[in-house]
Amino acid sequence: MLEYARWKYILIAAVLALGLLFALPNVFGQDPALQLAHADHSAVTSAETQMVTSFLQQQKIPYRRAYVQNGRLIVRFANVPDQLRGSDAIAGQFKKQYISAKTLVPRTPGWLRALGLKPMPLGLDLSGGLDLLYQVDIKSAVRQILQTYTQDASRALVDAKVPVAGIVDVAVDGSALPNTIQITLAPNANLAAAQRALTDPLRGLTITTSTGSGGAVIQATMPAAKILARENYAIEQNISILRNRANQLGVSEPKVERQGNDRIDVQLPGVQNMAEVKHLLGQTATLEFHLNDAENNAFDAQQSGNVPLGDKLYTNTSMGIPVLLKREVIATGDELTNATVGESQQGPAVNITLDSRAGESMLRTTKQNVGKQMGVVLITKHTETREVDGKQVTRQVTTEKVINDATIDGVFSDRFQISGLTLGEAQDLAILLRSGSFVTPISLVSENIIGPSLGAANIHMGMMALVIGMAGVLLFMALYYKIFGLVADAVLVANVVLLTALLSMMHASLSLPGIAGIILTVGIAVDANVLIYERIREELRKGVTPQAAIRAGFEKAFSAIADSNVTTAIAGLVLWIFGTGAIRGFAVVLTLGIATSMFTSLMGSRALVTFMYGGRRKIARLHI
Amino acid sequence: MEFFSHQTNFQFMATRKVWFGLSIVLMIASFVLLFTRGLNLAIDFTGGVTVQATFPTSADLAAVRQKVAAAGFRDAVVEYVGTSRTIAVRLPPEPHQTSTQLRSRMENALKQVNSGATVQSLSVVGPQVGSQLEKSAGWALAFTLLFIFLYIAWRFHTWRLSLGAILAVLHDPILVLGFFALTQISFDLNVVAAVLAVIGYSLNDTVVVFDRIRERFEGNRRIAPNVVLDQAINQTLSRTIMTKVVTSIVVVALLVLGGPVLRGFSAALLIGILAGTYSSIYISSAIALECGLTAEHIFPSARKAAADELP
Repeated sequence: MLEYARWKYILIAAVLALGLLFALPNVFGQDPALQLAHADHSAVTSAETQMVTSFLQQQKIPYRRAYVQNGRLIVRFANVPDQLRGSDAIAGQFKKQYISAKTLVPRTPGWLRALGLKPMPLGLDLSGGLDLLYQVDIKSAVRQILQTYTQDASRALVDAKVPVAGIVDVAVDGSALPNTIQITLAPNANLAAAQRALTDPLRGLTITTSTGSGGAVIQATMPAAKILARENYAIEQNISILRNRANQLGVSEPKVERQGNDRIDVQLPGVQNMAEVKHLLGQTATLEFHLNDAENNAFDAQQSGNVPLGDKLYTNTSMGIPVLLKREVIATGDELTNATVGESQQGPAVNITLDSRAGESMLRTTKQNVGKQMGVVLITKHTETREVDGKQVTRQVTTEKVINDATIDGVFSDRFQISGLTLGEAQDLAILLRSGSFVTPISLVSENIIGPSLGAANIHMGMMALVIGMAGVLLFMALYYKIFGLVADAVLVANVVLLTALLSMMHASLSLPGIAGIILTVGIAVDANVLIYERIREELRKGVTPQAAIRAGFEKAFSAIADSNVTTAIAGLVLWIFGTGAIRGFAVVLTLGIATSMFTSLMGSRALVTFMYGGRRKIARLHI
Repeated sequence: MEFFSHQTNFQFMATRKVWFGLSIVLMIASFVLLFTRGLNLAIDFTGGVTVQATFPTSADLAAVRQKVAAAGFRDAVVEYVGTSRTIAVRLPPEPHQTSTQLRSRMENALKQVNSGATVQSLSVVGPQVGSQLEKSAGWALAFTLLFIFLYIAWRFHTWRLSLGAILAVLHDPILVLGFFALTQISFDLNVVAAVLAVIGYSLNDTVVVFDRIRERFEGNRRIAPNVVLDQAINQTLSRTIMTKVVTSIVVVALLVLGGPVLRGFSAALLIGILAGTYSSIYISSAIALECGLTAEHIFPSARKAAADELP
């Protein structure tokens, strides 16, 4: 007699039903689509939707549906050629209004979407798109913080009137990079006074004092935990900046994530205009507001080369004429809290909001200088990697440009406009200012662009391999194990469904190595069944009754299945932890596949077999 | 249908010295190949540029090579991927060019061969990416081996089986690497994933045999260990072959239908699965035997080991 607890049947049925539900969104496929968004994040209106759709109709470009989702207009097309035609036409007609991006939109029916169920997003190798890998210069992040300590320490020592022979950065305690500031006091300096003065600025550092031949030497070392925290901060900060910018590009589902120790991976599905995107992602910009020096003539200064004291001459200006600005900074872009595109009497403008401190400074300045001119300097930085003497050298290139030099026509503080820009300039400037500046420099170490048709071909090939491979296995199992083979087949299909459901729940993106992982999981799931069935056959050969053979088969095969799967899972988990990109995608699928196959083979298969051969009936022969 | 309708009785352990010899020869051959020919490392490791392009008709590789060289690309490797209409051009790192410049230069060169040629993908990998990959792959391997050694030692109560498993596990990837050095199939990140998966598979087999060894020892402590090992391998043989046939079905489907991206990956798996079958029979158990494995190692005390919990 075979028995299997009722709650196990219920559990299996519930898991399967949930699995089917979560896996379901993946069967509907995806529509090629265009996504149109306003540069300043304002929502697209239904009137605009009307305008775009009637334009498409007028151009005789067929589309499936057009609707606003999360403030962005989505236009779906039946096929890629229509999408491309639509994209070109819309880019030509509405270039100024929208940031447009090609994307794929799942055809999931409304009721599934209402339940919050989504298909697995496609990896770049399947959807096409741009993959950029950045390296964060964490060394310079640490260098920066040491510099700040050095500045604070030397200021404190000057204030305390302690003479200093020198301050340098050194590496101690086996650190590969400088982690310590070393202050050498002048021979006549008062060590106690120096120590008192340094207590505050060097708080948190490990301080050691020694007396050398010249004078006392104070070493302040950054604790390893502090360095690590600084490095992590540098990376997290860059990630949020890159994510912010990637979102501003209007890409449908940008992915920005840390990879390994000091890398950031940016995946932009559907994006093909590599140059433009790299430019926007890699550039950093900040503003500085300076008063114009109206008492001196900029042309004279340019010709004679004599720049008045306290001034700086800018020859790179939007106005085309040189400008002399006071060196004193009224406010900088770091103090900026928001920048949006707006309208002014002179045309497009950028609306700026400053924080309260900069607002006060601005208020003070404008109060005293109504009628004078104020210059706005845009400082852009991007990193350039070049090969010098066979070594890769990354350097920061800084360009300063006066983008605006306008009369202060009234008193203002934390809210004002920069005008005199074209719409395009205003949009770019607003994006750049909003996304802030990279505090720690990053450089691009690898880039990968995959065309949309290559992505489609990859999906097709992956799916073909999956379907044919699976069909081969199902057929072979049915032939070799007859009725039990069919049980195994049902279990294998359930396994693929559950795996798909798990991956969809995790929102893990599906890549080609991931599909390979699913296919391999079929192999693993088969193995568990084979172990059980071979065991049943063995028992039958011994002359045991069919039902006893079934029970013994499942029970004796268990330890082999468990141990062999755990060891494979160890390999999968290690890959999951250490792997990046393609390897990780594969490892995730492999590890989850082991879990689902254990469940389906041990529980699902047993439930089905018990259901078929259970009860008190006498069975003459097993078809195995 | 059954492959073995009666219990087989091959004496695997009797000939183990011969198979050790064969394995040593194969491993030495793999090392020699690795050091002389080396792996055909993809740009994932070396850094550089790969351009993939499609042609409306079959592409003439000689003409492509000539035009690409004429466009100023030095040391370009041009090859078919998948079909004769798709080509890949691999270039050494070009630090002075932006990817956009590279793309348009390459597209122009290819259009001189056939005006319908289009660039499908472009990858630029900086030289610093590879070294980090090697490091993390090395760590992954070390941790996998350590955890597996510990797990098997824990489950089977003896380091002898652990050692056998680890040596078998090292044996298989070495042969796979040797195969890649021999055939010069491009060795990319996907292949690394496959090699590490091979470790998992190979273990799978080994552990199934170990499980049966444990079971045989339990009931028959008086029988000589080599006989027990032979019995265990024979009794699991039909399962071993059956599973290999089925796994090979899916891997061959991947190899044939999965396209160029997965070709190296599936080739590595196929070789690894074959090597894994062999090593789980002749290496892992045989090494444990050489280390003097007896029933007492698995069941240290006379008492019967607790039965495994059931699901």
